[in-house]
Amino acid sequence: MSERRPDLRTWIAGVVFLGLAGFIGYKLPSSDTSKSAEPAIARPVASNAAENPTSAFVPPGDDKIPNNEFGDAVRLGEKIFHDTQGNAREFVGNSLQCANCHLDSGRLASAAPLWAAYVAYPAYRSKNEHVNTFEERLQGCFLYSMNGKAPAANDKVMVALESYAYFLAKGAVIGADLPGRGYPKLAHPAKLDYAHGQQVYAAKCGLCHGADGQGQSAADGSVVFPPLWGPRSFNWGAGMSSITNAAGFISANMPFSQGNTLTDTEAWDVASYMDSQERPQDPRFDGSVAETRKLHHDSPMDMYGQTVNGVVLGQNSPAAGPQP
Amino acid sequence: MPPNVLCIFVLLISTPIHAVTAYAADGGQIAANGNGRGAPACSACHGAHGEGQPDVANPRLAGLDSEYLIAQLNAFAEGSRDNEAMSPIAKALTPDERQAVAKFYAGSVPPKIEESHKADDKTIASGAALANRGDWSKGLPGCGQCHGPAGQGVGKTFPALAGQSAEYIMRQLKAWKDGKRTNDPLHLMTGISSKLSDDQIAAVAAYYASLPLAVRAAAKPLGSTP
Repeated sequence: MSERRPDLRTWIAGVVFLGLAGFIGYKLPSSDTSKSAEPAIARPVASNAAENPTSAFVPPGDDKIPNNEFGDAVRLGEKIFHDTQGNAREFVGNSLQCANCHLDSGRLASAAPLWAAYVAYPAYRSKNEHVNTFEERLQGCFLYSMNGKAPAANDKVMVALESYAYFLAKGAVIGADLPGRGYPKLAHPAKLDYAHGQQVYAAKCGLCHGADGQGQSAADGSVVFPPLWGPRSFNWGAGMSSITNAAGFISANMPFSQGNTLTDTEAWDVASYMDSQERPQDPRFDGSVAETRKLHHDSPMDMYGQTVNGVVLGQNSPAAGPQP
Repeated sequence: MPPNVLCIFVLLISTPIHAVTAYAADGGQIAANGNGRGAPACSACHGAHGEGQPDVANPRLAGLDSEYLIAQLNAFAEGSRDNEAMSPIAKALTPDERQAVAKFYAGSVPPKIEESHKADDKTIASGAALANRGDWSKGLPGCGQCHGPAGQGVGKTFPALAGQSAEYIMRQLKAWKDGKRTNDPLHLMTGISSKLSDDQIAAVAAYYASLPLAVRAAAKPLGSTP
């Protein structure tokens, strides 16, 4: 017979140790000029919209969605955004939702808001070395962040998402680099500390995302806390696999409901811990991890192809894209 | 098989089980009758099957995660949930008894008790908006983003809210706000409640009370088919 007495201290210590926190997403860098593996350059700390709410553009509320065919497309776009699994399933290969990284269904400043992205395209992106339309940018989200497949430009899903983004951007200046766009750019760290990141993860992230980073779902299978790595998370081509992007997102938004409470060092280190885990293969993988790193991940802020705990990341990745 | 052989057989296989249960606390027994050492019957306030008495803010316990329930009893005992009624009761229960009674209620599935006072539709609708979308102008996520989209609860940390007593939910949010409940991991609810207005608290409580009970199960790791 096993000793079953739950010890109070053990329990509390367990909760504290598991720690909490939020999501972490996987959104491609909003900056069109950045590769997913962008060079690590020291940047000033960007203003954070949560701290300076007046500086951020305010998108129109749902009550402004017109009651006509266009309004229907906007509403569908918002539904897809909020519940991508339920409304765009054929293009999704993991357990994530758009709204995991674009908080408040794409409205929240410093959480890669749609309104800021919409007015920034078409734009040249070094990620694929050509001028991208907004449609192509959305397709990239499905291919990388959702580890899925890109809907055709005229697909209902694309039309709805573009309508929703257009609606949210109403009144914003085209071509403006709006405050709150993308994620804040944190000042470059002196170093990245995996072990410290692991401690931060255990203390502040594991409560929601699980000690193993695989997220948590409710009884009916609906994913409540998204997986941060592993086969059901974003793939190696996603912007969130760049430590720079992840640190900015985490700093502004995590633990969930407690944004801007981590130190920059904590945000950098926990981002590097998360992005030092295995995840689905980069869809651009050409058979060689080293070659793929050279072409698409050549940055100290990108762990793809680097050796962590004796294993080359990318070497044992699950295949990219939806799996049968 | 002759009856006497069958009897011996049954006796043989059942003996170890009896030996185990004789030492373990009986959750159903404690719920119905108390433990005889200071903890009265839980059923007196929480209903025979843990259905609660929603009108007087005695929460539904049935179907809540057992580890969550144990954690709450521990919190009452050590004071991080300040409650005059529950503190002495929790203290009177041994760790074994807390576990047994938590497991009993976690596995109980009585129907929902409807509250006599029903909130108006407008209040419920504004509660629904807050629960499902949040109020990001205040940095508030939707409640469902942690407690599950149907308020079904997630794992051992985020209890089910669907079908819970409105008065109870309201009192808990106020207890966090007033610092009388401090056992929330990472102080998530302390932060959330501090941003909620009284109207928002009433609305979200009314919304969750209005929902049907959700099927509860422990959080599971994400599989290949979510």
